[in-house]
Amino acid sequence: MTELPPPSAKKLGLVIDLDTCVGCQACATNCKEWNAGGHAAPLPDFQPYSAGAEGVWFNRVHSYEAGEGEAGRTVHFPRSCLHCETPDCVTVCPTGASYKRAEDGIVLVNAEACIGCGLCAWACAYGARELDEDAGVMKKCTLCVDRITNETIPAPQRQPACVIACPVSARHFGDLGDPESDVSKLVAARGGYDLMPEMGYRPVNKYLPPRERPAPNPNPPAEAQPSAAEIRNPLLRWLDRALSR
Amino acid sequence: MNPAPSIVFFTTASGAGYGLLFWLGLLRPLRMAPHAPEFGLLALAVALVLIVAGLASSLLHLGRPERAWRALSQWRSSWLSREGVAAIATFVPAGLFGLGLLTGWDGLAVPAGLLAALGAAATVWCTGMIYASLKPIRQWHHPLVAPGYMVFAGFSGAALLAALGALAGRATVPALLAIGLGLAALVLKRRYWAAIDAKPPRGTPTIESATGLGRIGRTRPLDPPHTEQNWLLREMGFRIARKHRDRLRGLALGGFGGAALLALLALPLGGPLAALLLAAGALLALGGLLVERWLMFAEATHTVTLFYTGEA
Repeated sequence: MTELPPPSAKKLGLVIDLDTCVGCQACATNCKEWNAGGHAAPLPDFQPYSAGAEGVWFNRVHSYEAGEGEAGRTVHFPRSCLHCETPDCVTVCPTGASYKRAEDGIVLVNAEACIGCGLCAWACAYGARELDEDAGVMKKCTLCVDRITNETIPAPQRQPACVIACPVSARHFGDLGDPESDVSKLVAARGGYDLMPEMGYRPVNKYLPPRERPAPNPNPPAEAQPSAAEIRNPLLRWLDRALSR
Repeated sequence: MNPAPSIVFFTTASGAGYGLLFWLGLLRPLRMAPHAPEFGLLALAVALVLIVAGLASSLLHLGRPERAWRALSQWRSSWLSREGVAAIATFVPAGLFGLGLLTGWDGLAVPAGLLAALGAAATVWCTGMIYASLKPIRQWHHPLVAPGYMVFAGFSGAALLAALGALAGRATVPALLAIGLGLAALVLKRRYWAAIDAKPPRGTPTIESATGLGRIGRTRPLDPPHTEQNWLLREMGFRIARKHRDRLRGLALGGFGGAALLALLALPLGGPLAALLLAAGALLALGGLLVERWLMFAEATHTVTLFYTGEA
């Protein structure tokens, strides 16, 4: 059913730290690697080894400049499905293929029922859905539903591929519906925010803003100036005297 | 947005077909269109051919056309599903309408025709709402979009009914409708274009709100996530040059105005000359609408391009 389920207590999602993200593309690459063989497989590539290469990716890492002059920042910005609480991508689906899981809020596509009309991608403000033009069906981030619920892999591995791959721990996975969870505390502590809140889709994923740059110290420590007597090496002592003349 | 030919043709052809069905079902019992069953059957056949051709074309847009039947299930939330249900449901009274005409039994033809008119209007409204309900596309999420679909379908349907009616020697009321709706289409489209050309209102998404980096300051893209194209950019990043846009807008309005003018010229005339003028008017109306529909896609922008170019 493409009607939205009643709000779930559990809201699984990601918290992405724009302060620490270095834009290395590891999350995007590991996402592609895992999902090319997982729940949403295959993720096709077209002309992968020549000019005009393109394909389906669930995670795209942009880089922006924000602010001017000294206050300006370069910010790396991974963009993927936000698993919104009230997303139109689910309700516009004419077949029921696009759905939001009642138990944990993950937004998924049933590839068996999708007709590839593309309307859900039009309805998503964030560009999180990409059409698999090979299979003729819509594909999107699954929050690695086939990892996080997979009891055949070691418990520490039961996290989305993008989170595991991040070398600077800029990506965090957890239950944003539980105010006591680590991710919720992180969001509260760092002022995590929603993307494009004016759309009214109420994203579950949160972004942590780049930290404020510390203000310059008004009383910088004076530079150490050793006296000639403190220089032990005779050659350097002579040089110091000669140059100080 | 990418103006896919299959959808441009679908909405224009089906819109005209439903418009023709609407006016035929409504005007025939009022004796404002030729009453002969042969005429009714001819007009109904033209309407159904246009509708079926349009719907068939819409299937070409699907990645998996063989699963199209599944689209009838989610009418509670999806305008696309509602459109499908309304389109299929309208075939029932339209078929009974044809049966009534074939047997010459007005007791069936009149109510079935009225129901078919209702179904036609509902279907076109659903088509308009598919676009009007999409919040990320501000040019579509506009109060004139769904009424526009009704006016354009009514206009092209009336122009077609006038052209067919002239063959049977009775085209006055459809021609008057075509004139009125042609002018309404012209005014509506000009207002719509003025509205979407104006500076977007406050609260329209920007690259700053899309990334949340507005808290630091003005934001602009530095490095793209990929150097080649992707489906998102091909589907939603379509851009039209301003000079082409202005010329195409003129062509669309010329089609609307030309069709109204030809219908006006045909009014005092009669016979084959009026039929010729009204047929040319109907073609002008359809041509103008094809351009209008292409532009409706080509001029629309999607918020996803904010992430790529900083503009939408």
